[in-house]
Amino acid sequence: MSFFLWNILLAVNWALLTGHFDLENLVGGFVIGFVLLWILGRGTGQKTDYFRRVRKAIAFSLHFLRELILANLSVARTVLLERRDKIKPAFVAIPLEVETDAEIALFANLITLTPGTLSLDVSTDRRVLYIHTLDVKDVDALRAEIKRSLERGLLEVMR
Amino acid sequence: MEAVLTEWLPALLVLLGASFMLLAAIGVARLPDVWMRMHASTKSATFGVGCMALAVVVSHLHELGVETRAIIIIGFVFQTAPVAAHMIGRAAYLKGVRPWRGTMRDELKGRYDPDTHTLASGNDS
Repeated sequence: MSFFLWNILLAVNWALLTGHFDLENLVGGFVIGFVLLWILGRGTGQKTDYFRRVRKAIAFSLHFLRELILANLSVARTVLLERRDKIKPAFVAIPLEVETDAEIALFANLITLTPGTLSLDVSTDRRVLYIHTLDVKDVDALRAEIKRSLERGLLEVMR
Repeated sequence: MEAVLTEWLPALLVLLGASFMLLAAIGVARLPDVWMRMHASTKSATFGVGCMALAVVVSHLHELGVETRAIIIIGFVFQTAPVAAHMIGRAAYLKGVRPWRGTMRDELKGRYDPDTHTLASGNDS
């Protein structure tokens, strides 16, 4: 059975045994189960990338949370402070590296929630994502930044 | 200590959420075109709802039913708001709504087929 299922089972077990079936206990049980499985996995030498992926997923979530807060602060600044004629919006095409439906959907959603970008549409051959940016100084720098920070992180978790 | 956690933190989160929603409203009123307005309405409103749901979680610790529902609300809003924004933005573009005159660059221009609504990637031809 996969490590993820075991981890869930251990978490539920922990919550049931402690007698408080609530979210804090489930999360706590998941963490304890994760550490247990990690120790056991090392001992028995089973090959799995589960631990790496969980670590990557957590790191990516934190990174995304930070981006989300920054996004809102930057929109706040643009909305409240920027003079209208100083704002420089643009429609930009971003070449896609992600391939499956799930990856594209997730990537597009993440783009909408991060600073100053809004995904509009994916080209029919699924090679390009068109986005609208609220306030951009350098279009090519933005393209590179999105590919570097978001797409890379997403691919590391998904694959 | 407990009072700080269950009273002040939720209060702060609700206040923060409400401020971002207000900001979204101001953005919709101030910004000049559909797409720019959507930046304000999707991001700030999503974040506002997120903050409020989080406030519910923090103020109802140890109640599984309340917590899971609040977290599922966050999940759904974060998944659906961008989809709605994408649909509105796309529909506006296809309908021929003009971007604001200050728009620097339009790499989407001419890529839509007006009849079939297929979208070229620009790599072909």
